[in-house]
Amino acid sequence: MPLASRPVRSPSRSDPQAGEQRDVAAEAPPDPDRVRSEAARVVRDPTLSYRQRVQQLAAVAENALPRPAVSEACRQALDDRVICDMYEGNAPYRPRYVLPDYEKALRNGSAYLELPPPQDLNEALWFLASMYGSVPSITGYPVYLGDLDRLLEPYVDGLSVDALVRALRPFWRALDRMVPDAFAHANLGPRDTPVLRAILRLERELKQVVPNLSLKVDAELTPDDLLADAVRTVFACAKPHFVHHEMMMRDHGERYAAVSCYNSLKIGGGSHTLPRLNLAEAVLRHDGSTEAFFETTLPRYVEATAELMEARIRFLVEEAGFYRHDWLVREGLISLERFSAMFGLYGLAEAVDELMRRGGSDGRYGHDGAANELGHRITRAVAAQVAERPMPYCEGFGGRAMLHAQSGIDSDVGVTAGTRIPIGTEPDLYRHLAAVAPHHELFAAGVSDILHFDETAERNPEAIVDVMRGAFALGMREFTFNLDSNDFIRITGYLVRKSDLAHVDSGARHGSTFLGAGNEEGAHCSQRATKRVVASERLAGR
Amino acid sequence: MTVARAATLSGAALADLLPREGVHGLVAGMLEFSLVDGPGNRFVTFLQGCTFDCVACHNPYTINVCDGCGVCVSVCTTGSLEARDGYVLWNPDTCIGCDACIEICPSDSTPKTQKLTPGQLVDEVRKVALFLSGVTVSGGEATMQAPFVRAYFEALASDPELAHLTRFVDSNGDAPRSTWDLLEPVMDGAMLDLKALDGDVHRQLTGASNERVLASIELLAARGQLYEVRLLLVPGRNDADDQLRRTAAYLTRVAPGVRVKVIGFRRHGVRPVGSALSEPTAERSARAAAVLRAEGVGELVVV
Repeated sequence: MPLASRPVRSPSRSDPQAGEQRDVAAEAPPDPDRVRSEAARVVRDPTLSYRQRVQQLAAVAENALPRPAVSEACRQALDDRVICDMYEGNAPYRPRYVLPDYEKALRNGSAYLELPPPQDLNEALWFLASMYGSVPSITGYPVYLGDLDRLLEPYVDGLSVDALVRALRPFWRALDRMVPDAFAHANLGPRDTPVLRAILRLERELKQVVPNLSLKVDAELTPDDLLADAVRTVFACAKPHFVHHEMMMRDHGERYAAVSCYNSLKIGGGSHTLPRLNLAEAVLRHDGSTEAFFETTLPRYVEATAELMEARIRFLVEEAGFYRHDWLVREGLISLERFSAMFGLYGLAEAVDELMRRGGSDGRYGHDGAANELGHRITRAVAAQVAERPMPYCEGFGGRAMLHAQSGIDSDVGVTAGTRIPIGTEPDLYRHLAAVAPHHELFAAGVSDILHFDETAERNPEAIVDVMRGAFALGMREFTFNLDSNDFIRITGYLVRKSDLAHVDSGARHGSTFLGAGNEEGAHCSQRATKRVVASERLAGR
Repeated sequence: MTVARAATLSGAALADLLPREGVHGLVAGMLEFSLVDGPGNRFVTFLQGCTFDCVACHNPYTINVCDGCGVCVSVCTTGSLEARDGYVLWNPDTCIGCDACIEICPSDSTPKTQKLTPGQLVDEVRKVALFLSGVTVSGGEATMQAPFVRAYFEALASDPELAHLTRFVDSNGDAPRSTWDLLEPVMDGAMLDLKALDGDVHRQLTGASNERVLASIELLAARGQLYEVRLLLVPGRNDADDQLRRTAAYLTRVAPGVRVKVIGFRRHGVRPVGSALSEPTAERSARAAAVLRAEGVGELVVV
């Protein structure tokens, strides 16, 4: 493919702010020499597997194209790193996150894959495995593997948990080997079933990075002893992550799933893109009072983020035409009507602390009532503006973007993920939860706060169940915890084995392990104070 | 930890505390979140004062009630202690928690206790009730303040928002039957220590007889109120195979199926008298567990 620049259509504006002049200019393509040197580096990198090289070469090629055109103000915000496109690539040709309706596929079969509807458990497993290779996402691998307990339930026909463990074991191993990416996510629950129990047992036995796992927790439908079983599973392999089922259903309806790292989206839909706004950087670029920040600087950067989002969505939908030709669309397994886009936020803690400092207070986010209230005011202001801002091709969320507390990427240094409290400074459990919980209802597309427990929890999983039930009653959307003593570390939402991290210079089988290495160095997440957090995810084409 | 700050007072004899102006508890500390004091997540209250004087005690400053001698006042660097009328008054707002007062105390006590009503304690529980399976009173020896414990548990039981919380007592077992009778209607379960089955060994380790401990174990087991028996493991003192076998046989006879927790002695926090004791290795603890298990002890937890 020639590296020549393509004419990029000016994004049409839904509602430019009155009086503001927007100059829209296509960017010059990257220097061909730089493209060649990048490609040359990738093909020689001894730490990359064959497939990892192929993926990175694709990213080099994509980034040889110009980025979608945006206004000068948006470009400046990008250059200043106040907003960020998450390295999704210059020319979006597939949605960031895709959640196929696997249930429909199993029911109807697939003409594209030339597969009839499966008739038994073995056929169902092979059907799914055959499908995963053709599910796109930003990572090149599927980020959603299905609500596997519910999908498989029609085929188990009264099999015991023991029999199910035997039947599922090869499939479960294959998931980790075929989809070597920790963002690949399976969902379970909220109902207690033998398949679910078998999967938890397999997770404890196999201790794999893939799949990432979420358990939907319903106050009525999910029994305590299932939760205790899931908590024991976390002790073994740092999974699953727990989501507040009723809250998710209020935002997305029954057909939703948690994918990648803490992204809650509609099944049969997904998210086009995820630009993010660095609140800490926004405050540093602000000159004036806190009130002025709310009146001018914050709205300006929220709009810049929305503009970047709109430009990328329009390219994906109108230029790349993904939703016109992909097989998942043709077979009705996804539809544009169930898509929206994710508006990411991070660095709230640093933003609040800086505004407090300028106001003459040393109150810090997570510890001080006024600081916490300022943090809540910031997220409420962003949420209100995003809820007012029409976004094209986002009928999956009423024509609007969905808020997401972005949990970080490996290049973040000195900026705290999403709305979390900085690592190592978290207050005690109850104050921690009380500080962060008020944000959660605003973040329909996911938010995460990782809690840390010491190893005494292993003898008392019911205590973690107590804390989880309390956290959900308090309004937490999701609940994730780590235990000091196992081999896994949850970097930002995805998992890395500490033992893999130690050898990363010589290559790793999971692409996400490299991301973990960068993040671990930058954010010290393996040095978390006893109970607590940090994070991130970065994906994308590099 | 936040507690009611009014009338912070130490030095009152327990007898003074109980009858007047309703029942009060002398509280050495509270934990809003504990994973190790009974089933689920629990709010733990440590009550001051103990009937034993264990060489292996991890928080010896809870053994005695402050006698008001005032030695600690002079070592307080923040002026948070004041001797007045035979008592030592403590100001928690200026205290930095350096524990110099506890280190110098000649009486295995602390001036940093708080006198709380059952209602004040219930208010602390209410703040975090969303996250709890229940509450535990510990010590010190909680049953020394049984009237307060009873009033506290009654207040929880009669509160519609808090009645679902289970109410446990963590005890050294050295309490008369009348104490357990007082607590029976309001208590869901008790966790009892058995430092040694042999009377002589028990006396070496605790300074007291174990007759009431054994009677308590038997009584609570018969009432279905014995949640757990804790066996402290001190190498060379109470970990001989035959002692353990007889202990297991005793427990399976009087409290069949009871959960047994084996706790290896740790030097952390003990007084000089206890630091001469040795800690069991993981292998030693595992061997003790194997001996107990072979004798038919049911649910066994090794810490």
